[in-house]
Amino acid sequence: MADAEQTNDPTKSKVGESILTDLVLSSIRVRKWIDFAFMVVGLLALLFSLITLLALILDLVRTGGPRVSWDFFTSFPSRKAMKAGILSAWVGSLCVMAVTSLCAIPLGIAAGLYLEEYSKKNWITTFIELNIVNLAGVPSITFGLMALGIFVYGLGMGQSILTAGLTLGLLVLPIVIVTTREAIRSVPNSIREASFALGSSKWQMVRHHILPYSSGGILTGVIISLSRAIGETAPLITIGALTFIAFLPPSPVNETFPFVNFQWLTEPFTVLPIQMFNWVSRPEKEFHVNAAATGLILLMMTLVMNGIAIYIRYRFRRKLKW
Amino acid sequence: MMTTSTLDSTASSALAARPNGPSPSQELRAEVRNLSFFYATGNKVLNSVSLPIYENKVTALIGPSGCGKTTLLRCFNRMHDLYGKNRYDGEILLFPEGKNLLGDDIDPMEVRMRIGMVFQKPNPFPKSIFENVAYGLRVRGVRKKSFIQERVEWSLRHAGLWKEVKDRLTDLATSLSGGQQQRLCIARALATEPEILLLDEPTSALDPISTGHIEELVTELKKDVTIVMVTHNMHQASRCSDYTAFMYLGDLIEYNHSTEIFTNPRDKRTESYITGRFG
Repeated sequence: MADAEQTNDPTKSKVGESILTDLVLSSIRVRKWIDFAFMVVGLLALLFSLITLLALILDLVRTGGPRVSWDFFTSFPSRKAMKAGILSAWVGSLCVMAVTSLCAIPLGIAAGLYLEEYSKKNWITTFIELNIVNLAGVPSITFGLMALGIFVYGLGMGQSILTAGLTLGLLVLPIVIVTTREAIRSVPNSIREASFALGSSKWQMVRHHILPYSSGGILTGVIISLSRAIGETAPLITIGALTFIAFLPPSPVNETFPFVNFQWLTEPFTVLPIQMFNWVSRPEKEFHVNAAATGLILLMMTLVMNGIAIYIRYRFRRKLKW
Repeated sequence: MMTTSTLDSTASSALAARPNGPSPSQELRAEVRNLSFFYATGNKVLNSVSLPIYENKVTALIGPSGCGKTTLLRCFNRMHDLYGKNRYDGEILLFPEGKNLLGDDIDPMEVRMRIGMVFQKPNPFPKSIFENVAYGLRVRGVRKKSFIQERVEWSLRHAGLWKEVKDRLTDLATSLSGGQQQRLCIARALATEPEILLLDEPTSALDPISTGHIEELVTELKKDVTIVMVTHNMHQASRCSDYTAFMYLGDLIEYNHSTEIFTNPRDKRTESYITGRFG
């Protein structure tokens, strides 16, 4: 070894001396220039997307902003643009979202939990996992078509709030499953082992540790999937949502026994994006203003929902250290 | 302590040298008999290991990485059952009743309720200090508040942590330092009064001062509980264990009193390992 080093030494020092030649220095200049050039390209790309988005939002605010008022929220759609409002649309959106949440959240969390904590890892589960990820990317109108066949005609649910809620529920179910799994996977295995080592059962481990520690991530996923569902239009048009509704679904609570009823589930409905679509397709300019105002409200709703999601994630991340 | 002469008669075979005729102060707490372990992949990691575990003594498992010492430790509380189709061959008898911990007639959950474990890296739950220690009791369905409170204090005192945390029991356990976290994990395991306490390289993630605390603690704790400890640190094994088992490539090479192993190893491989020639 020592011999080899000594014979190698002269060549080594030669290489050492030749390192700081002009060639090398100019290569540094070139590489620094490429660094700079890429930074500029990246910045331009960022600005382009931001400015386009900002212009869209500003245009929406400028056109629709003045139209947003208390009356706009409390009026039914009307033939006269200035009298028209979004009462039935937002109530409809709210009702549909309620059904969607009740269907997608428990199903999605339970399915994600099963896949992550209970299922054996074999090719069947790998196949199922792959398909769930694919399902999240299926065009939404396909879900509409399927719901038209199964819910509306097959099960005879009609063009109702129930149908719409279930359709959107199915649509966002894969998102809930995938985000639930990710949240669960972020709980380190050492926590599972710690719990098992104290003699806990699997359910105790899941109930006392996995669910509480991943609830931030799960909630974030739920809110993000709901904010996607609230803006969906295509599948609801496919199942036949009405565009002009001048009444509200019956109240779910009443004064006589049994105090609650589920009649509202079977009512026809409209939702915010469909109301907006309807107004955009009218020839009159005034209706376009209404559409812009509705768009602004939808935008605000998704913004607020995503904001809540980010806040929850931040809160939980800060509390959880492993 | 046994005299060297009695040991000489039994240690002729390096494998499974069990000091014969335990004196009254050395009750057998558990005994590993011809234990082989296969991972689901078919890999055999333990070759017919036999080893006694004495009551209120510290038994250290030493050996180079991959020798199977952690695998052996995790057999004691059936941790391997959590992952796939791993297979045990042989038995671990828990005395006084002589029940086989690896038998089909005992539920792994029962085993884990009777045998506590502390892991390599401190792994407190991101809950309060109090809740961490109380968790084992809650799992067992203990509801009585005064009892839980009493046990938590008792455990924290025995883990040498009470003075440091008594005013902040509601703080998050993860806000403690690494050494405190590990002592908390020990307290958590002690709270349910385990019959054997398994320590899997409990100080490998800690600084020298915290390591010192844990080692003192181990020496204190053996008054109350039988301890089996895996360690990479030869000095630690010689300082705080009564018996040492040296393992190599899944075989138990030598088992003896720690003083004997470290001053007068019988096997060449043991000698090379403890003098730092490999491992």
